[in-house]
Amino acid sequence: MTRIGPWFRVPVCAAVLSLAAAGCGGAPPFAAAAPPPGDPAAGKRVYVRCIGCHSPARNRTGPRHCGLFGRLSGTVPGFDYSAAMKKAAITWNAETLDWFLLDPMEAIPGTSMTFAGVKDARERRNLIAYLATLDADSQACRSVAAKLRKEG
Amino acid sequence: MKPNNASEHALLIETAQDSRRRFLRQAGTATFSGIAVALLGGCTITRAAGTSTASDADDAVAKDVRILNTAVAAEYEAIAAYQVGAESGLLKPQVLKVALNFQSQHKQHAEALASAVRKLGGEAADPKTHYNFPVDKLKSQEDVLQFAAGLERGAVSAYVGAIPLFDHRELSGAAASILADEAMHWAVLRHALGLDPVPQAFYS
Ligand code: HEC
Repeated sequence: MTRIGPWFRVPVCAAVLSLAAAGCGGAPPFAAAAPPPGDPAAGKRVYVRCIGCHSPARNRTGPRHCGLFGRLSGTVPGFDYSAAMKKAAITWNAETLDWFLLDPMEAIPGTSMTFAGVKDARERRNLIAYLATLDADSQACRSVAAKLRKEG
Repeated sequence: MKPNNASEHALLIETAQDSRRRFLRQAGTATFSGIAVALLGGCTITRAAGTSTASDADDAVAKDVRILNTAVAAEYEAIAAYQVGAESGLLKPQVLKVALNFQSQHKQHAEALASAVRKLGGEAADPKTHYNFPVDKLKSQEDVLQFAAGLERGAVSAYVGAIPLFDHRELSGAAASILADEAMHWAVLRHALGLDPVPQAFYS
């Protein structure tokens, strides 16, 4: 299947109506490298809801978020994940995050991220755009940047 | 809670009896804090409607244990964070007193939550041996207060996100009462920082 972003979903779905069940209703896989369509500054404000358990650069009650994009679920060194999260083996990108963050416990039954989720689609989009900024070049991740580069 | 129809009443009796068998095997000599007695103790633990079979009940218990344990972990972090603040030497005596009081309340939260885990037959999470707090960034009383305020703000969202998930409604009530306390911590810390203590009407 072509790897396309959700902002192309409407025209693509129109073109492949016969595949509606696989495409339009559900969620096409997302190109990991594509920048997610959202406002990272607005997303940073949504991220306030995550800071009870997460921080970009440190493992806390939840794992650190620096380097999240492109990472396999359950793989931050030194964090004690649930068996469910490790088994899920999901590569985090805009698409998989959108699905997970809507309702984490429904998406991955058995996860220890016991949080109701971010129900508003626009808030999720912005939040994901912010999470995407947490790469080795970002200021919030500078302290772990060397480690991130080593981990690839 | 008043049942408003016959079938709900039957369900409550059934779940109360089931609760007693299932969850209260270890209830006994331990002393619980007021909140634990009132909300997490005795046969008041009843499940929300919709979980009537034994395996559903097991799933529901396991889920509630997970929710409680994530909260226990976050409370332990807060206790450790206030310890760092208290030992920093940066807090004025009056502020230190307030910080230690908040810390003691977090300890009570952790104890109440952990005792609820045990009542459900689970194993309570332990504190971490090491927390990577950004201690190098704590250089003044204001830094410490800001750090604590961030944790309390995060805790408010974490409880908001946990409360709807419990299968046992009493646990939602207990978590709400903890949320109320931690929201007050946040407001007091903001006030001490010279910020609007209560900047909004709603928090998610
Ligand atoms: C109540 C605490 C809590 C809150 C609040 C919370 N998380 Fe989590 N999060 C966790 C825990 C614990 C895990 C590990 C889950 C597991 O192992 O099953 C986790 C895991 C994750 C993962 C998977 C990371 C990986 O390395 O595989 C992502 C992504 C994530 N959280 C994003 C978020 C975002 C975004 C928010 C805010 C909307 C958020 N979380 C809010 C506790 C929390």
